Amino acid sequence: MKIIVCAKQVPDTTEIRINPETGTLIRDGVPSILNPDDSNALEEALRIKDEYPDTHVTVISMGPPQAKEMLMECMAKGADECILISDRAVGGSDTWATSNAIAAAVRKVGAFDLIFAGRQAIDGDTAQVGPQIAEKLGLPQVTYVKEMELVDCEKAVMVKRALEDGYQEIKVELPCMLTAIKDLNKPRYMSVKGIFKACQPDAPIRTWSAADIEVDLGTVGLKASPTNVYKSFTPKPKDPGVFVEGETPSEQVENLLSELKKKHIV
Amino acid sequence: MNFTPTKEQDMVRQMVREFAETEVKPIAAEIDEKAEYPYDTVAKAAKLGLLGMPFPEEYGGGATDYISYIIAVEELSRVCGSHGVIVQTHCALCCWPIMTYGTQEQKDKYLPDLVSGKKLGAFGLTEPNAGTDAAGIQTRAVDKGDHWLLNGSKIFISGGGIADVYVIMAMTDKSKGTRGISSFIVEKGMPGFTVPKHENKMGIRGSLAGELVFEDVKLPKENLLGDLGKGFKVAMTSLDVGRLGIGAQALGIAQGAFDETVTYMKSRKQFGKSLDKFQALAFEMAEMRNRIDMSRLMLYKACDLRTKGLPSTVAAAQAKLACSETAMYVTTKAVQFHGGYGYIKDYPIERMMRDAKITEIYEGTSEVMKMVISGDIFK
Amino acid sequence: MDQMKFSDYKDIWVFAEQRNGVLANVATELLSEGYRLSREMDSNTKVCAVIVGSDVSGLAKDCFAYGADSVILIEHPLLETYTTDAYTKVICDAIGQYKPEIVLYGATYIGRDLAPRIAARLDVGLTADCTHLDVKVASYIRYAQENTTLDTSSLDPADPDTSLLMTRPAFGGNLMATIISRNTRPQMSTVRPGVMSRIDARENASGEVIRIEPALAESDIRTQVLKAVKAAKELVNLSDADIIVSGGRGLHSPEGFRLIKDLADKVGGVVGASRAAVDAGWIDPSHQVGQTGTTVKPQIYIACGISGAIQHLAGMQNSKIIIAVNKDPEAPMMTLADYAIVGDLYKVIPEMIAQW
Repeated sequence: MKIIVCAKQVPDTTEIRINPETGTLIRDGVPSILNPDDSNALEEALRIKDEYPDTHVTVISMGPPQAKEMLMECMAKGADECILISDRAVGGSDTWATSNAIAAAVRKVGAFDLIFAGRQAIDGDTAQVGPQIAEKLGLPQVTYVKEMELVDCEKAVMVKRALEDGYQEIKVELPCMLTAIKDLNKPRYMSVKGIFKACQPDAPIRTWSAADIEVDLGTVGLKASPTNVYKSFTPKPKDPGVFVEGETPSEQVENLLSELKKKHIV
Repeated sequence: MNFTPTKEQDMVRQMVREFAETEVKPIAAEIDEKAEYPYDTVAKAAKLGLLGMPFPEEYGGGATDYISYIIAVEELSRVCGSHGVIVQTHCALCCWPIMTYGTQEQKDKYLPDLVSGKKLGAFGLTEPNAGTDAAGIQTRAVDKGDHWLLNGSKIFISGGGIADVYVIMAMTDKSKGTRGISSFIVEKGMPGFTVPKHENKMGIRGSLAGELVFEDVKLPKENLLGDLGKGFKVAMTSLDVGRLGIGAQALGIAQGAFDETVTYMKSRKQFGKSLDKFQALAFEMAEMRNRIDMSRLMLYKACDLRTKGLPSTVAAAQAKLACSETAMYVTTKAVQFHGGYGYIKDYPIERMMRDAKITEIYEGTSEVMKMVISGDIFK
Repeated sequence: MDQMKFSDYKDIWVFAEQRNGVLANVATELLSEGYRLSREMDSNTKVCAVIVGSDVSGLAKDCFAYGADSVILIEHPLLETYTTDAYTKVICDAIGQYKPEIVLYGATYIGRDLAPRIAARLDVGLTADCTHLDVKVASYIRYAQENTTLDTSSLDPADPDTSLLMTRPAFGGNLMATIISRNTRPQMSTVRPGVMSRIDARENASGEVIRIEPALAESDIRTQVLKAVKAAKELVNLSDADIIVSGGRGLHSPEGFRLIKDLADKVGGVVGASRAAVDAGWIDPSHQVGQTGTTVKPQIYIACGISGAIQHLAGMQNSKIIIAVNKDPEAPMMTLADYAIVGDLYKVIPEMIAQW
């Protein structure tokens, strides 16, 4: 079977610090990583490949040229082929424009049975691109997938879709889009052989331009994006701690909770 | 000259660091405390290809350069010295001599299982009365026509009792001194081969060191490894490779202790400021960083020579000496910087210091390294 | 994209999410927020709750109580359980028919599945997981000055623009961004549950109920929901927990952890412990937070009777909000805490359980 995995290279947001003097993000030295949910998406595709060895896994990403490093990591884990959409024309795309570009690349890749994406990327946390690609390709979607298995002679999937207070069991025919959450699996590591294969000069990691994916330039990039950043800023630096006032424990807790509510902490 | 790592080397470091941080670090204190061999994580490392990196693809190896291999040992040792030596002993002291000196039949028989990690390898030279002075070994192999008869014992053998395949040095002609030593492949389970005990060690306690006893072990003729009387050469050249691995283990331990200390100094406050704000301590850290980086350059240089097939004996000895002394220097300081916390087992620092010490001793003591280096100076 | 005639678009819609006939909390929060925003816009702007389901007309009353001026009711047997296909279709049809200016969804597991699909079908912008909304620049300036580091000098408080200003965290909360969708209508966003405050319920409030008969066939729905399983929230492990309630030596006995557990249950958190409490045998080592235990980074860390030895601090100092309860105001944990309560934890924690 043919599986497409959508992946994004993201800054490791746990490593981002704020410059206390300027209040700006310190991005220097912050490692770029394969987005965690996408890594679960890739793992699920590779597990299917482990079980059905004639499976072909293609990873598609969009980003600057250095995102190729993340794709090499995908290949070192076992992906068969990687495609990076990289072009100034698609730079600054919001989720809608991004989904237009990725959908175009998927069409270019040709027939497939399954598309996996991560639920969301840790830099934007929108969880929008997966469903929007599905819509642009006219595919059914199941998001927040925490368990899945192929059924009906690999013509359909049974998935458990997480909800806040439980899950739904959903059956959907292929082809479809599934977005993965962390509970779905434990991603594998790269292997030594995979690394050396991915580093070969002829490794199948391709870079496609906007022209290559034949996308309507009026639907991608910063200008075409329906959402724009109006302002961006850092939150106020953490206040120094305070002793919660109150004559009695009851009063102290009351004051604490009203403070927490005021700050939207609870 | 090129001081930039290749993409492969960078990715190997990334991969092994992730593996080590996620899988090895959480068990490192426990296997040390209980002196337990980490079967599970070694099996996982094998699946990733870490037990056969610098060996040819035809035997299932990774066909990697020596620096990539050494980076893997370094990164494992950064969180756990035991894992580092387990990988290095297997690769350098068992896979390497079989690949280098083995007949085609021996290579076909042993290498695929060893390189894939399905079987583990060990190496036996040291005896109660022969360590640095190899000519004193008393284990004897006698030619009985259709087989060799092996008798004797070995001590402090890393992986002893755990490993499946052993490269064993034995006297075949006492009168010839080191030229009377031959090497043999001995397999676990051969009648007469027992491992009566494991040592209770100071450090690298997750890598078990056992005593090997051979009582009338009948070895097939084809288990002679290399030419008759060339065992000393097999041992010495294997140790040349091994010293790169021990250098990497030492370097990894030093780096691990250094990294832990950086984190600690940023969070530990005394006299109203964190430790990193005390210049006397910060300068000491600069010194440690320098020693680590110098050792690393020497080690990678020796590996580069090995990859290129150039003479590397002296470079390997220099690298091993530098790395192991750096490990001892850095871990001792790291314990000091941690104060009381460095002396208790809540922190990994005291373990790193215990683990570091062995790197100045095994696979050639620091004194032997100086013999090799000074011998080269005054040759 | 077709040039939209913005003047055709009016009103604020709230997707009034319901599950099994019960309105989600976020629905009433959003109606209240919509109510607040609508009153800042021109007087013709109304707040409309969109209720989708089967046999859910009874929910209209609550929607009116919390700010809805009107309700759009879309009922059909095929809408009983949420499916992406069915809900997307009926809501897109309704949006096409009535042209709302703003549509708000809760950023729930369902809202985050539905809203992007609708946005892609309508080719409009969508902003995820908002924590603050404004329609007036003057209000935005006030918000920014009170809560952020933003330099507002370039903004004009008299700016007549009423585009929706949607503020949300990014980069793991390290950065905030305000997003605008100037060129498409409706403007849409999902909003984090629990962020917007509810207005006081308006007793006996009512309004127009518009019923839409959706054109829906089984063939429109490509996913088959076989069953829905309610699962008690799985025991999250410490490293994933949003809230951790930890106890230490100050508990003085293993029984103290019963109190800690009760508080954890109340706040939806998990139980942590200091090494002292673990060493004393009061609780299993799997709960230990710190150098030897688990390193954690929850949204809220509540430290009860933990003095704050460095091994413990090393494992939790990156928690977003730290609340400490301790008799000793000088304890290192009290210095580190954002909120420190000096007092007897056996008196304070029961109050927290009662009031949280």
